[in-house]
Amino acid sequence: MSRITLVTLQVLVAVVSLLLWHVLTTYPIFGRMILPPFFFSNPFDVAKQIVAWFASGVIWKHLYVTLVEATLAFIIGSIGGIVVGFWFARQPRTAAVFDPYVKMANALPRVVLAPIFTLWLGLGIWSKVALGVTLVFFIVFFNVYQGIKEVSPTVLANARMLGMNERQLMRHVYWPSALSWMFSSLHTSVGFAVVGAVVGEYLGAAAGLGYLIQQAEGVFDVAGVFAGMFVLAAFVIVIDMLVTVVEKRLLVWRPNTGDARP
Amino acid sequence: MTAATGTTAAAGEAAVALTDVDVAFRLADGGVFRAVHNASLSVADGEFVAIVGPTGCGKSTLLNIAAGLLAPAAGSANIFGSPLADLNRQAGYLFQADSLFPWKTALENVAIGLEVAGVAQAEARARAREWLGKVGLGAFGDRYPHMLSGGQRKRVGLAQVLIRDPKILLMDEPFGPLDAQTRQIMGNLLLDLWSADRKAVLFVTHDLEEAIALSDRVVIMSAGPSSRIIGDWRVTLPRPRDISEVKLDPAFHELHREIWQMLKDEVVKGYTQAESK
Repeated sequence: MSRITLVTLQVLVAVVSLLLWHVLTTYPIFGRMILPPFFFSNPFDVAKQIVAWFASGVIWKHLYVTLVEATLAFIIGSIGGIVVGFWFARQPRTAAVFDPYVKMANALPRVVLAPIFTLWLGLGIWSKVALGVTLVFFIVFFNVYQGIKEVSPTVLANARMLGMNERQLMRHVYWPSALSWMFSSLHTSVGFAVVGAVVGEYLGAAAGLGYLIQQAEGVFDVAGVFAGMFVLAAFVIVIDMLVTVVEKRLLVWRPNTGDARP
Repeated sequence: MTAATGTTAAAGEAAVALTDVDVAFRLADGGVFRAVHNASLSVADGEFVAIVGPTGCGKSTLLNIAAGLLAPAAGSANIFGSPLADLNRQAGYLFQADSLFPWKTALENVAIGLEVAGVAQAEARARAREWLGKVGLGAFGDRYPHMLSGGQRKRVGLAQVLIRDPKILLMDEPFGPLDAQTRQIMGNLLLDLWSADRKAVLFVTHDLEEAIALSDRVVIMSAGPSSRIIGDWRVTLPRPRDISEVKLDPAFHELHREIWQMLKDEVVKGYTQAESK
């Protein structure tokens, strides 16, 4: 499929969906409105709401807050994941002792932690950052751990025969391998940082995209809810594109950069 | 000469001396698998020795003992007269499988051995560039391993090992995965580089022709388990050799037939054992 056909088809999907949405919410079919506008709004109202947000500039503040929360969650979660991942991978006994607790903590639906974080850290950004951290941490941790465990034994033996000491092994073998695994999960971990921020805001905040959606929902402003969702989707796509660019630069050495690792 | 005991490279001391080496692995079911039994082998300084044997006979295991990557269950390994306790710091090891660092370019891969030894980066890279030239990859320094062919990766590996100027070169079927033509070219390259300053070489292969064409001595191992060294032939073909030419030499054929007589039985044994597993 050529690039032009692909883009045309992709645009076509959007156009058809919007058209369907518009028709089903505006014109009664066989005397019945299939999608009642009260619950489904319609494309024009949603577009108007989005334009109004950007025209008045209120949206920027909310986008900024969500971005800051997601970024902090990503940075703190990644650092924690790298440190603990390295620690566990190099100390199998420690890893064995903590293993059931790690699994337990990871299995816990993170949403239930939100009220606790709100109690501990208040309604400001830090309770959302904390929620994001609990999501990002495990992804980074598991990947770094795996990255160190999966270093090819031949490469490791070669490194040792080339005279590397423990510190040099860390720098030239374990670290790059762990990073490559971490980068290959970059899309997921960045995505989860955003999820943590938005869900946290939704459950109680004073600003942010999640807050915006929750406010609209509170007054049955369905157009506002949909508008918030579209802005959020666009926000995530932009971030995802940035991640792709970063990934391509960092993983030049790997065949088929950008492909998901199994 | 009494004081020389224990010092490295004492005159007449073998570069690698394995004496009555046993290698055993613990199996998952609790049993013990004895891979090698009572193997003795010595490689003189500057000598090129090839180990040939059927698949699974423990050739690589013996090499790992000499490298210090594996400790023998019994017997001793001496390097230039001193017992080997840890890794063999005087040896360079060329592995059968891909062992380059995939996240480093060809140049960085070659330079790394010097860099970790404390050579300044600029100097290490300059010398790495020189070595890439010697193995015919001067223009490929900034390629990553996945962008190189199998033969090119082996060349980088060779440069990576030789740049550190090890006194002993251990090679584990280094050209095994390559096609026949590339193997021949690599063999000639190896002989070229080796003849410049003769290191002790221990070269493991299952290819008898390759072994005879390259080495000064061919050592035959029996089929495993508990494989032993069952034959030791001196190859007196004149050097410098060209691999494709030396194979036309009548003396080559004579030797090949003689060794093959013995090896054939072991290969058959090795296959039947592998199949009955």
